[in-house]
Amino acid sequence: MDNHQLAALAPIITLSTVAIAVMLTIAIRRNFILISSVTAFGILLSLSALGVAWQETPIQTTLLIRINSFALFYMALLLLASLAVVGFCYDYFKTREGENEELMLLLLTAVLGASVLVSSSHFATFFIGLEILSISLFALIGYPLNQSRPLEAAIKYLILSGVSSAFLLMGMALIYAQSGELNFSGIGRFLANQPAMNAMILGGIILIMAGLGFKLSLVPFHLWTPDVYEGAPAPITGFIATVSKGAVFAILLRFFIGTESQVYTPLLTVFSVIAVLSILGGNLLALLQTNVKRLLAYSSIAHMGYLMVAFIASGSIAPALAVESVTFYIVAYSITTIGAFGVVSVLSTPQIEAGDIELYRGLFWRRPWLASAFTLMLLSLAGIPLTVGFIGKFYIFTSGGEARLWGLMLAVFAGSGLGLYYYLRIIIAMSMTEEAPIANFGECSNHWVSSATLVTLSILLVWFGIYPNQLITIIQSVSNTMR
Amino acid sequence: MILPALIAVLLLGGFAAWFSESKFSNAPRWVAIITLVIEALLVLWQCTVVEQINNLSTDMPQTWLADFNRSWIPRFGIGFHLALDGLSLVLIALTVLLGFMAVSSSWTEINKRQGFFFFNLLACLAGTVGVFLAVDLFLFFFFWELMIIPMYFLISIWGHENRTYAAIKFVIFTQVSSLLMLLAILVLVLTSHSLSGIYTFDYFKLLGTEIPPDLAYWLMLGFFVAFTVKLPAVPFHTWLPDAHTQAPTGGSVILAGVMLKTGAYGLLRFVIPLFPEAAHQFAPIAMTLGAVSVLYAAMMAYAQTDLKRLIAYTSVSHMGFILIGIFAWNIYALQGSVITMLAHGISAAALFMIAGALQERLHTRKMGRMGGLWQMLPRLSAFALFFAMASLGLPGLGNFIGEFLVLLGAFKVNVLLTGVTALVLILAPVYSLAMIQKTVHGTFHNQAPVLDINRRELTSLGLLVLATVWLGLSPGTFFDVSAPALKQEMQVSSVVEH
Repeated sequence: MDNHQLAALAPIITLSTVAIAVMLTIAIRRNFILISSVTAFGILLSLSALGVAWQETPIQTTLLIRINSFALFYMALLLLASLAVVGFCYDYFKTREGENEELMLLLLTAVLGASVLVSSSHFATFFIGLEILSISLFALIGYPLNQSRPLEAAIKYLILSGVSSAFLLMGMALIYAQSGELNFSGIGRFLANQPAMNAMILGGIILIMAGLGFKLSLVPFHLWTPDVYEGAPAPITGFIATVSKGAVFAILLRFFIGTESQVYTPLLTVFSVIAVLSILGGNLLALLQTNVKRLLAYSSIAHMGYLMVAFIASGSIAPALAVESVTFYIVAYSITTIGAFGVVSVLSTPQIEAGDIELYRGLFWRRPWLASAFTLMLLSLAGIPLTVGFIGKFYIFTSGGEARLWGLMLAVFAGSGLGLYYYLRIIIAMSMTEEAPIANFGECSNHWVSSATLVTLSILLVWFGIYPNQLITIIQSVSNTMR
Repeated sequence: MILPALIAVLLLGGFAAWFSESKFSNAPRWVAIITLVIEALLVLWQCTVVEQINNLSTDMPQTWLADFNRSWIPRFGIGFHLALDGLSLVLIALTVLLGFMAVSSSWTEINKRQGFFFFNLLACLAGTVGVFLAVDLFLFFFFWELMIIPMYFLISIWGHENRTYAAIKFVIFTQVSSLLMLLAILVLVLTSHSLSGIYTFDYFKLLGTEIPPDLAYWLMLGFFVAFTVKLPAVPFHTWLPDAHTQAPTGGSVILAGVMLKTGAYGLLRFVIPLFPEAAHQFAPIAMTLGAVSVLYAAMMAYAQTDLKRLIAYTSVSHMGFILIGIFAWNIYALQGSVITMLAHGISAAALFMIAGALQERLHTRKMGRMGGLWQMLPRLSAFALFFAMASLGLPGLGNFIGEFLVLLGAFKVNVLLTGVTALVLILAPVYSLAMIQKTVHGTFHNQAPVLDINRRELTSLGLLVLATVWLGLSPGTFFDVSAPALKQEMQVSSVVEH
């Protein structure tokens, strides 16, 4: 390994070092403020290490990892998202009893796993990255040890995640058995020389898709989502919804577009069915929810369905446009979702998790700024102009329209209509006059870290909604160099 | 630079109104008035001073008065392109006038959360002005959506007893239909991209794109549905009676007076010029829908017991005329449509203000519980009579000119349909007079004494009376302003046809 390769790995190395440093610091001195600041500082350090790696791209470091601007862009996104989550976690956990310091360590290892995942070019790193991410998530979800709901959620996630890993491994094994290759470019070469899709390979790819579908909570692999979203502490839910799903979607793109296996018609049919089911299922089930966290869980299922539409489009249009659409949508979705769960976590107190929609009644008049931020997030999820979510939806429509996927477009269309209804329901609840104020709920305690994060997210959301040009330019250049 | 300022002033004024509430609780309404005064001055300035300076972008016809073009999202050829012609000018003038009326009618009605109310009101106006100015399809869609959300807040927070239902229905109808339009816009752009190799959302560059006829028909329908939901015409009108009835008076004024006109404007500006052949093919269906709206809504209006609901149905009826006029597509019918837009904007707004004033005094909208108001509220009743007459199309007032011209123009295209539509000339007096009969005549039920209109209401309604009379007696002024724009639209769509 030469210096260039080392430099390219700088972000991953920095993250690992910071994780170890945090672990040692905890051993020396247990102080939540200290640990949180070291973590935040470490994430910033890794972000600056991205700059070092940027100069070396694209570069294959070892057989396992390929650092290109696509990988670095996603790492930057994941790190920034984690930074926001660290901010919300700090306020959420600082007043809680127990030893909360390891939470930060787990966040770091999770984002480390995600970073390995988005830069992998080989089944080994694919699997290792995914497992580092998932194992950290089990512990994060069940972190409030003395409560039953988080534990239940953690067990559910643990079991289903284990099953999905088994699917994934089986799929990899099938592909390896046929092609004798473990790295993506090798598989791509093998597939290119095959006259027709072989059943083993097809089965293998579908199993991999099933494994990833669990992580992305696509219908029919979505059953864990509402329970885990509801049970996990709010900032951690935001983390699962963005960092975990974003990284998994990135590897999905890398694998399929890297091996060019998404262009096979039978696969496209399977994907289309999954996409339509996710969009309709997610939106229809969200209509029935009275718990904001569960509602956001179902809405995230639907959003993953929209992303699938852009991904499916890559089968018939230039992959660069599809990658661009997906990437922009993920950025938009991350900003919005972290913000939404940030609001939930600010409202939650150690006694009560702010899930029930009743708790939001009259929020506009009690805490206008918080309610305005939440309204912005919800409007962005609904894809209303002036927010970044609209530009994201515009991208989905563009790639879907370019690929002439009329059936899928119809589903997106119906889904957006349904989605509007349940997002508006929350906004209406917030703007109602409350009959009887709930005692001690939503009292302003000192939440300045979360507030600053929320303000930043809201500004980004509106800024990219009105003037998305810079972001589009970056994403466009990243997508063009994906392969 | 005046064009972006027209939008920015309203938006900034909205924010100023919102934040001024924390200083003085009554400040927002004054901020709103000042904002509208500045806006009105800008419009006047645009009319008088800047008209001489002609610095249009290339490939724009000379009938446009001003334009403003900046690159916005070059990746997809989206520009921040605003342009003003005679048609937009008269509609913006109407918007500003009714903006004053909306503020005036909310003066005492809105007494909680004034700041946020006036913010939404002004944001809604900003979106509407944007819609009338945008000539980039993406930008147009942007403003189209921008006016929906503030209106949603106006209905859902300050509305009457059934506001949640009405607000959600309003948003779902308009939003879903506008998604159809977004899809149509995108497919249009992608088609033009596949032909020319460049992405562009610019109206002038997309005019004359050679779309395959089948596709053009579908795209035209996408736009048509979005605009007819907003207009509204049967069968997409069901949101309107609920939204109008439940909205606070200021919201109803904006909704009936201005927002419905955006649908008509869209049909006139986009549907027919962009897809002339498809629209021509579709014209008989569209005109039939228009005729059905005119007659059906007039009959429904007669059956109402709620005053605001009655006025809402009369709006649907009048909008049917506009639909017929636009799809008849000759200069008389188009002029008639434009005059109907203005006249109906004024008369419907005035009727909603009267209904609002009555509700503020009597705490009811049920006509069964009114009656005999002439003795108690002579001045308000006189205004009610005047605008009921305007609404039924009394010669000498604006609505008459508009409806007459529409029928004249449509007669040349489709005699039978015009004949059937003209039956409304019987139905309109029936519902108008029934309304007057039930509210101001008869015996007085209400025991508690109520005050007649004050100076503020007198001034606002008086201004609207003057405007209606002006439209009726001297419609030429408006013809002169809008005719070049309309002729240009007609020319654009006929050039492509041959």
